Parts: sequence; C-alpha cells; structure tokens
Amino acid sequence: MAEVTLRKVVKRYDDVEAVRGIDLDIPDHEFVVLVGPSGCGKSTTLRMIAGLEDISDGEIMIGGDVVNDVPPKDRDIAMVFQNYALYPHMTVAENMSFGLRLKHYPKAEIKQRVTEAARMLDITDLIDRKPKQLSGGQRQRVAMGRAIVRNPKVFLFDEPLSNLDAKLRVQMRIEIKKVHQKVRTTTVYVTHDQVEAMTLADRVVVMNRGRIEQIGPPNELYHRPATKFVAGFIGSPAMNFIPCRLEDSGGLLQIRVGETIALPVPPDRVARYREIPRDTGMLLGLRPEHLVDAQSNQGAAFRPFDATPDVIEPMGMETFVYFPLAGVQLCGRINPAIEAKAGAPLRLAVDLNHMHLLDEATGLVL
Amino acid sequence: MTSMTIDKAGPSRKARIGSMSRDRKWAMRWSYVFLTLFAIFFLFPPIYMFITSLKTSAEISAATNPWWVYNPTLSNYTELLTSNQFLTFFRNSALVSIFVVIITMLISIPAAFALARMRFWGSTTLATGVFLTYLIPDTLLFIPLFKMFATFAQWTGIELINHWWVLIFVYPTLTVPFCTWIMIGYFASIPKELDEAAIVDGASWTQTLLRIFVPVALPGIIAATIFAFTVSWAQFLYPLAFTSSVDQQVLPTGIITTLIKGDVFNWGQIMTGALLGAAPPLIIYAFLMDYYISGLTAGATKG
Repeated sequence: MAEVTLRKVVKRYDDVEAVRGIDLDIPDHEFVVLVGPSGCGKSTTLRMIAGLEDISDGEIMIGGDVVNDVPPKDRDIAMVFQNYALYPHMTVAENMSFGLRLKHYPKAEIKQRVTEAARMLDITDLIDRKPKQLSGGQRQRVAMGRAIVRNPKVFLFDEPLSNLDAKLRVQMRIEIKKVHQKVRTTTVYVTHDQVEAMTLADRVVVMNRGRIEQIGPPNELYHRPATKFVAGFIGSPAMNFIPCRLEDSGGLLQIRVGETIALPVPPDRVARYREIPRDTGMLLGLRPEHLVDAQSNQGAAFRPFDATPDVIEPMGMETFVYFPLAGVQLCGRINPAIEAKAGAPLRLAVDLNHMHLLDEATGLVL
Repeated sequence: MTSMTIDKAGPSRKARIGSMSRDRKWAMRWSYVFLTLFAIFFLFPPIYMFITSLKTSAEISAATNPWWVYNPTLSNYTELLTSNQFLTFFRNSALVSIFVVIITMLISIPAAFALARMRFWGSTTLATGVFLTYLIPDTLLFIPLFKMFATFAQWTGIELINHWWVLIFVYPTLTVPFCTWIMIGYFASIPKELDEAAIVDGASWTQTLLRIFVPVALPGIIAATIFAFTVSWAQFLYPLAFTSSVDQQVLPTGIITTLIKGDVFNWGQIMTGALLGAAPPLIIYAFLMDYYISGLTAGATKG
C-alpha cells in the first residue's frame, strides 16, 4: 500500500490538452473518486497513474517513487475496467490468479489468496466457471477479485459500475465500500456519477475540462462548493441558479431577483458580500431542498413567495416541483403530504441560510 | 356486441400471421432452389472426377454414357497408391504445406499483434502495405524470384532451384500477407481492455500475446491456418516454375507431368490423383468448419 502523488501532470494529444496540470496528493489507505462529465480528463488521469498512457508533462509518484517511465507491470497496481476485461478463456479462479501465476507465486499461496478473495466477494461457488457463464454483477466481482488477490499498492477503478443496471449498481457500490474498509488499499476511482462519488469517496476530486475544480470530502463539496461547476454537478436534482444582483434598501443589503422579489442577505453574510459592486451580475444558488413549501417551513430564515409549478414529481418520501421564476426554470422540494397540482398556485419559501452567491462572470462562489 | 367485434378481429389477425409465415415459406423454398442449383454446379466436377476414376482407360475412351460405370474398378487407386512417385509427391506436398503453415503462423501472429496493438510510427501504413503485397499476383513474381534464386546460387553456390524445399521459402510470400491481414482484423476485434488488464496484471507483451491473444483469437488463427494450408497445397505456378525433377515435384504439378505423356492423357489416374489430393484440405475443412466460419465473420460482431 502506498500514497499516490500527482505533480503538474499534463496529457497532450497532438494539439489537444486532455489534462492540464493536475496536482493531487492521495495519502495511504484513502479512497479518492475522480468525478466529472465525459471528456473532463478523469479517465486519462487514471490511465496515466496505471501507466497505460504516457505522461506529457509533470510527475506521478507511487509510494514516493517517480513512476513516469515505469511500465504498468512494474507499478504494482491493479485495475478494474468498465467492461470487466475478464480473460474469456480462463475460469474465474484462473482469471483471479493470472497476475500471481505470472510472478511465479507458490501454488499453495495462490490458492489461499484466491479462496480468501472469493469468500470476501461471495463468489466461491463460481470459481470454476468461465466468464460467459456469469452475470454482469458476478463478472464485476471477479474483476475486483482479480485486483484483490494481487494485494497491490494501489487499486484503480475505471467506471466499474457503469455497465450494471441501477439496482445492481447500488448493491455493488456497497460491496466496493466494504472491500475497501477491509483491505484498506489506496484507491483511485473514476466515475461520471456524482452519487457514486459522494457515497464511496473519502475525498472527491471534481474535474472539468482537464482541470481540478475542487477537492474535498463529499459533504464539504455539497455544502461549500467553490465554483458554479461543482455546485451544479454535485447534488441531484441539480442546484438552481437564479440571476440576481445586490442592492441597498434602507441601509439593508438585499438580493434582488427580477422585479418583484427582494430577499434580505442573512446577517452573518452581510460582511462577506458588502464589498461586491452592486451592478455585478450575480447568481443566487439554491438547492431544491432549500426551495420548500411555506406551509411546513416557517420562521425567520424562510422567505415565502408564490409560484405556479408546471411539473410535479412525487418521489414518495418527497415531492419535487418545477416552476418558472425570473426567466429560469427552478426545482423545489416539498413535503409529500402537501397536495400540489401542476398549474395551480403554490406558496413556497426560500431557506436563505443555505443560499450561495456566485459571480456570474467568473463562476466562483463568493 | 363485444363478442361480435372480437369474432371479426379474430380471422383478420390470423390471416396476417398466416401471410407472414407464407412469406417465410416462399423465402425458404427459393433459397432451397438456389442452393440446390449451386450445389449441383459445384459438385458436378468432383462427381465427374469420381466416376471417371472408377473406370478403366478403355472404358473412358469408349463412346458409352460418361455418367455411368459399367465395369467399376479400383485399379487406378491401387496403382497410384502403390506408385512410389505418387507417394513422393504426396510427401513433398505434405511437408511443404506443414512447414509453410508453421512459418506463416510464426511470422504473421506476432506481426498482426504488433500492427494491431503496438502503436508505433507508421504502423497503419505498414498494415495497409502488408495487404497491398497480397494483391500482387504470383504470375508477376515468379520470374523475378527465379532470377533472384539464380543470382543467389551464383554468389553462394547454394542451388535453390529444383528442390522441393525451396517452396517452403516461396509460399510464405503468398500466405503471410493475407494471414497477417486476417489476424490484424481479428486481434482488432478483441477489446483493448483485455490486453491492458493483462499488462496491469504484470504480463509482458510476449506473455500477453501467448497467454491472452492466441487463445482468445484461436478461431481467427485456425481460419488463417486453413487458408495457408490450402494455398500451399493447391499452388501450381511456383512448383511448375521452380521444380522440374520428378522426385522434387509436389502433387499438383507431379500429377500433370507424370500422368500426361506427350499427348497421352491417363485420365483415370489423373482424376484419381486429383481426388486423393483434394482429400486432406477437405478433411481439415470438415473438422474446423465451425472455427473457420466464426474466424471469417469476426469483426462483423464484437466478440
């Protein structure tokens, strides 16, 4: 097991920079998830750590050693691929032991390690089957088993759950987390699914256009996003962004949304926002759970307003309402007990204590 | 009322299903008609050969029904199979084909692997180049090859011409490009993650080739093997050009040169020899047919 360090790592394909100078420190035992939309450079970064892609610039260190020119087979890493990449002509046991057999481990040890990993992943019964006789979830377990038996310095996962159906994905997510809690191997996990990122990671690395937008524990990214990209990417349904500007009214700082709505800045934020020029274009960032029904949310922090939802999505434990406001479509979350109808007016409330204010031009959260 | 409408809908729906199956029936009939015509057309020569091989020379030249054997005899077979000449041709053909297959596989499997998987400067151009060499017909090549062998003999004193084993070096010029090309296609259809997984697992390129690619691409390799075998077994022009002594001949030329004497055609034995010569490829095809088909259609569907 080892720490992984990336220093100003760049990947260029001809003229295109896929990864534009990434710095990342992953301490021993940590589970780090690289997340971002397709083409953000997350997979390329992982493949550079694996050694499957050359590094155009910068340094990658595993366990303190620079591995830029070390071939993948000597990096002591194990990788789990999206399409499992099991060797079709080998049985489950042969698949799992392939790496150990290449390194001429004693037969008894190979058998012991395979048995142990198979038990951990609950695939003991499948050990003599060929990959084509396995379901998707079973194949992914075998792929993980192949990584575990090697007992490598680092686990690399490249979108391992993307080929599974939704139910199985949730189940395998838990399996992966359990395995990591047991073996504690440093893990780099790539996904485009922010739910996977949130649920699995010790720390999430949000990437966009070849750069790191923000690094932090899941809850920190959720509650204190640094940029509009992170704020919009993490969380489902996504955060609402409402065009607004700051204005002074009778010595009070308030947020003006459209012509009709003016919201007072919470007292603890006044100092932070006071210096912002009043004519700067701003965005008010509000998560759906902070746009709620006025009926069950009353108090100083809640500012009521009227809206007419055009779509209602009952989810059981909550109901999402979609409504237009100030020229944008917003999503709010209301108590499912409240009868809401599309087209009928509904009294909603804004929870200003959880608002975010963003600079529209730079996309930074202020 | 409702029962009325159901009754109405019933027959019309049935009729539609019926017409669909009728379409299918007609399609089947037509395909049988054309397959039968096709089979007759292509089986005509071997059947004619077989009938002729069972006749005596006298019966062949007599003006009787060519499609019927009045006095069947196995003398053509016994004579050929006990003739040392024919067995020498057979042995030469077998040795040449086996060695050509081995040499072809030893060259084209690693070549295809390199061209399909190791990205290096000019690899795509090289892959196309390999295929282009296959497009040059052997009728254009045998004269320069002959000249090269003559020059080689002048310089080194080693005479290549008129030895059966020279064909072992000549035939791969025909088989290697095509087999490499088939295998590039086959290897390219293997998901890239498979070799990446092997490499991450600690395999070298050679180990990846031998322990992952060769077993996974076995259908493609068998298809290429059959091709290489058939080409070297049936090749006529090169042995005609490069071998002349009777004991250095392979089957296709051997039959022609020894069984046609001047203007006397020993038809019975020629047909027998051709039939016996066609047997080994036929046997190989029969055993490996399933592999052969899946090898040729690789790339059409992934996996």
